[in-house]
Amino acid sequence: MVTNNSIFQLFASSPFKPMQEHIAKAHACAIELIPFFDAVMANDWKEAERLQQNIARLENEADTLKKDVRQQLPRGLFLPVPRTDLLDLLRMQDKIANRAKDIAGLMLGRQMSIPEAIQPIMKDYLAVSLKTSAQALKALNGLDELVTSGFSGHEVDVVEQMIHEIDDLEHNADEMERQARSALFTVEKELHPIDAMFMYQIINLVGDLADKAQQVGSRLQLLLAK
Amino acid sequence: MTIIAEYGDILVIMACIFGFFMAWGVGANDVANAMGTSVGSKALTLKQAIMIAIVFEFAGAYLAGGAVTATIRKGIIDPAMLSGTPELLVYGMLSALLAAGIWLLVATAFGWPVSTTHTIVGAIVGFAAVGVGVDAVNWGKVGKIVASWVVSPVTAGLIAFFLFRSVQRLILDTEEPFKNAKKYVPYYIFLVGFMISMVTFTKGLKHIGLDLSFGTSALISTGVAAVTMLLGITMLKKIKANKEDDKEYHFASVEKVFGVLMMFTACAMAFAHGSNDVANAVGPLAAVVGVVSSAGEVAQKTAMPVWILLLGGGGIVAGLVMYGHKVIATVGNNITELTPSRGFAATLAAATTVVFASGTGLPISTTHTLVGAVLGVGLARGLSALNLRVIGTIFASWVVTLPAGAGLAIMFFFMLKGMFS
Repeated sequence: MVTNNSIFQLFASSPFKPMQEHIAKAHACAIELIPFFDAVMANDWKEAERLQQNIARLENEADTLKKDVRQQLPRGLFLPVPRTDLLDLLRMQDKIANRAKDIAGLMLGRQMSIPEAIQPIMKDYLAVSLKTSAQALKALNGLDELVTSGFSGHEVDVVEQMIHEIDDLEHNADEMERQARSALFTVEKELHPIDAMFMYQIINLVGDLADKAQQVGSRLQLLLAK
Repeated sequence: MTIIAEYGDILVIMACIFGFFMAWGVGANDVANAMGTSVGSKALTLKQAIMIAIVFEFAGAYLAGGAVTATIRKGIIDPAMLSGTPELLVYGMLSALLAAGIWLLVATAFGWPVSTTHTIVGAIVGFAAVGVGVDAVNWGKVGKIVASWVVSPVTAGLIAFFLFRSVQRLILDTEEPFKNAKKYVPYYIFLVGFMISMVTFTKGLKHIGLDLSFGTSALISTGVAAVTMLLGITMLKKIKANKEDDKEYHFASVEKVFGVLMMFTACAMAFAHGSNDVANAVGPLAAVVGVVSSAGEVAQKTAMPVWILLLGGGGIVAGLVMYGHKVIATVGNNITELTPSRGFAATLAAATTVVFASGTGLPISTTHTLVGAVLGVGLARGLSALNLRVIGTIFASWVVTLPAGAGLAIMFFFMLKGMFS
């Protein structure tokens, strides 16, 4: 039924909730790397392949969500924060899922087995990296409260605190990355040169995952900046 | 003269039917704008909104609708110009009612946002300028009315902006929003009660023989507001913070407190709407009845018969009950982004502006005022997303509605003139 209602057309649907859904999906995609690494370390390539497909599927869903949010942000929308900042934040969130897909794809494609000696450190390193993205998700969950309070006051302090924690976690991940590199360095002579090169690349990519999560935090901070 | 004497009864019956038709249109359509925000913010169920609308639209029309009705009835046209030909005024007002009612139906069918106020003012100006003479229109008054159409959304926007800012400062941006909400919301309720009763006592009660001085009005209003506040406090007592919900969304319990406030604000909005928009339907009707009952005198001084206000209120309620609830449901379900804390600021700002316009006898558009108020909340960074392109549509509807109302009214005017003479 048509209503002659200008008021009702004035309210566009909020892009903030979909933003939160998107990062939840991106993080869900990244977190699948844990069982994937376990499968790789156990040399269970069948299981690894299943998990890689799962990661690819989740990354795809995150992409779809990203497109939906973009469609909800046409020009001429009056938002409490600049539209460009919001789109920037969205792009960063999406990169978390992209990185996870890169890591799984590369490892499965080259059937990379992780050397015994560095397996424990790699596990810890991945865990810390994923903690960073978990924290980014937590910070993003404060977005609807921020909208309610008009991006000011007490809620801002709460979210700022979370963003600080993201930074701390990212520093931890950096430290772990250094350790993982040196652990790999000590055993690299025993590996095939190309395998060693790609192992370094995996270490890089896992660090990149934490980096992207940190950038989500810094983009969110831009939204808070008056 | 003879025409009035001969066909007086028929003319009055026609005026009643057209007036009721127009009021029905207002109830079916316009009330949704007033109540949609309350339903959309989930502060009221649809049933509650309808009940509140029925009671307060009626009260607003009856208690505070007199001044605007007088403006529509005899403020826009200079009655002195018509003293020789009272039947022209009757034809004109009949055609204005018919034109506005039909235009409202057409616009609804096409889904255009139009304002009943703009339609009826356009129609009256149209028939007077073309059917009687350009000098018959009281252009000074018309200028004031048109200016108020610009001023009212701006005023409402400003009030909404500062209201929402105060809500942010006192409640939302603090460390204990729930505690502060319970502390400050009663004062907002007081404000709502005071404003409504102040306008009623200073402006609205003359026709039931109560003429109070400003001081007495302020005193009584304070009393009424205090009673309203106590009622609000009792309702607030039942609301407890829910730790579970608050984990998910920090403001869940706070919004419940605002829900109580929103109920009062919704009453204010319905009252404001009734006080201003009922006049669109009953003003012309009152003019016709005035001419016929004084046997052709274009009366300046006759009092407003109470039954006319009642007929207008009844028409609105009929439209609301028969058709309006559908519209409210549609509107309410589509505004998911409106939480009680935001909705309250916008609705109260619009209601305040409209009630004061009613007090000064200016017919303004509730819808446009509410749009201004919503934008005010948006400027205070209080809304997640507003579609600004709609503003263009609204502006276009202003521009189109005036000539459309005028054109239709002119057409009907000459038809009626041909039929009766």
